[in-house]
Amino acid sequence: MASANSPVPLLEVRNLEQHFIQYRGLISRQRSIVKAVDGVSFHINGSETLGLVGESGCGKSTLGRSILRLIEPSKGTIHFDGEDITKIGDGRLRALRQKMQIIFQDPFASLNPRMSVGNIIEEALIIHQLGATKKEREDRVVELLGLVGLRKESIARYPHEFSGGQRQRIGIARALAVNPKFVVCDEPISALDVSIQAQIINLMQDLQYSLGLTYLFIAHDLHVVRHISSRIAVMYLGNIVEIGDAATIYFAPKHPYSQALLSAVPLPDPKRKSRRILLRGEVPSPINPPSGCKFHPRCPHVMPQCKITAPPLVKLSNQQEAACYLYT
Amino acid sequence: MTGGQALLTIKDLSVEFATEEGLIKAVDGVNFSINKGETLGLVGESGSGKSVTALSIMRLIKPPVGQISRGEIFFDGENLLAMREDRLRKLRGNRISMIFQEPMTSLNPVFTVGDQIMEAIQLHQGLNKKDALDKSVEMLKLVGIPAPEERVFNYPHQLSGGMRQRVMIAMALSCKPDLLIADEPTTALDVTIQAQIMELMKTLQNELKMGIILITHDLGVVAEICDRILVMYAGQIVEEASVVDIFSAPRHPYTLGLLNSVPAYNHGKELIGPDGKARLKTIPGMVPNLAELTGGCRFFERCFKGASTCREHEITLNTSEPARSFRCLYPVHIGRNEQGFQGEVSHG
Repeated sequence: MASANSPVPLLEVRNLEQHFIQYRGLISRQRSIVKAVDGVSFHINGSETLGLVGESGCGKSTLGRSILRLIEPSKGTIHFDGEDITKIGDGRLRALRQKMQIIFQDPFASLNPRMSVGNIIEEALIIHQLGATKKEREDRVVELLGLVGLRKESIARYPHEFSGGQRQRIGIARALAVNPKFVVCDEPISALDVSIQAQIINLMQDLQYSLGLTYLFIAHDLHVVRHISSRIAVMYLGNIVEIGDAATIYFAPKHPYSQALLSAVPLPDPKRKSRRILLRGEVPSPINPPSGCKFHPRCPHVMPQCKITAPPLVKLSNQQEAACYLYT
Repeated sequence: MTGGQALLTIKDLSVEFATEEGLIKAVDGVNFSINKGETLGLVGESGSGKSVTALSIMRLIKPPVGQISRGEIFFDGENLLAMREDRLRKLRGNRISMIFQEPMTSLNPVFTVGDQIMEAIQLHQGLNKKDALDKSVEMLKLVGIPAPEERVFNYPHQLSGGMRQRVMIAMALSCKPDLLIADEPTTALDVTIQAQIMELMKTLQNELKMGIILITHDLGVVAEICDRILVMYAGQIVEEASVVDIFSAPRHPYTLGLLNSVPAYNHGKELIGPDGKARLKTIPGMVPNLAELTGGCRFFERCFKGASTCREHEITLNTSEPARSFRCLYPVHIGRNEQGFQGEVSHG
């Protein structure tokens, strides 16, 4: 994937699989395996943003969590800064977590309501033994609050005293407290009002520039993803079906699912005549995924071979890869 | 807006809630009307009063928590707010129906979807059980649920989110309402399912000629299916215009700010950040606390055009232009030396 002149990736994921075992039935305990992430490979270069899009249940949040080993991946390798983090022990992992952080979707559920904002952010510093004295840590917390646009008086206040947008700023400050290089942003703006979404997007872009951060930006809003990302990956039922340069994917998607997904997003332009590709049915259950290409039951271009074997991700140009028999 | 008799007319509606911080006016002097076959978009952020306005039409605001303190709501010539409860019950779910945002919490988990659709049909149309069941199957088919004769016996938990929302729509439409109030009907759904539901609502509207009040914060959805838009801010309507006028020539700075917050609205015309990448033109700050309003324009603190005169007294609706109105002393004219909102300044 990496061409001769491209930079060394900060994160390189190879054939990652994440299985969950589900037990069904009361008497005969049937065991079924859900392949939430089913053989995913990609890389993210330093200081870039990879946007990850897909619908509920496609495995995008699971992928974000496996990369950080918040859940243990079932198979595959994850190289972060050259080191395979699937093979390291807990001690080393904790040290590495300082470099890899996550911002969660729900700013109401992800902050402990019984801790003051100061304590929430300071906790990260204590765990990673940053700042020798209480005073040093407090100074750092104040600095972080300023960085995310909150007043220093916020330090003694509790999460319930803040609005959704402000809580998301607290979540960002907590993630940045330990000076990470890489941040998984799991739908960080989905729960926010439109005008606040725009503020948080700008804040995240400014922080990326000033701190040299690398983002995996998980979202379902394709307009937002195009705006913030350098590259985009589209997921469907545990697989990446298309990946490439953000503008190319947004303006000229090749995979039929990417095309349908894009056309489904309503544009804020009443004069535009919609050329919508309406998909039949809904995303099938990942417990019992369709054979071959998992998208084939909903695909408008389905061919006989699609039902038999899954198409591999192939390079269409330097900017774009897609997994579809239309292009092989 | 003009011509013919409106299906629903709201006059000077105010709704108050008793909170710990005192009495707040969640809706403050709202006026609008909607015609048959028209889709009216009610747009605004959390706390702007859009859902409370909708609940007032259904008279679902109950004392002592909240009360409609002023105003009249005329449906087909009758004031809903002065109507006796039994008469109102004949309208609710029959000629006026509502779709709520959360399809999981608004369906009863211990009854089959068929039972729930049949309830309204039996109540309002006096059909017997057998006919009501047939009608329910027909409705499920209409909203595009596969194998409706089996699905009608399913419980809500056996259906996906998109299917449940279809059931809600089937239920709301089962009595062929004249007015449908849809409160964020697609917010909880994935985009491909949202596209299916929007298509369905458009088709059914063409068939049934109902008026739709669509409450949403998604400007893309509004652009696609609404004829006219009302923008609400802190309990007031701040702008009303046709969908084309709202998007191509917003007058209220808040409307412009909302549009600019959507990455696709301004693509290619954004501000440029220090890294050379595009930044959105954001509205600074956040919505005011309704308990602490200080008079004058409620958007003043966040507005790029705000002047001292904005604070002097309540701003009335400017109706100088045909078929639109806006609550602003210094309206925006895109293309005429407008600066617009600035991106947030980089910190640190």
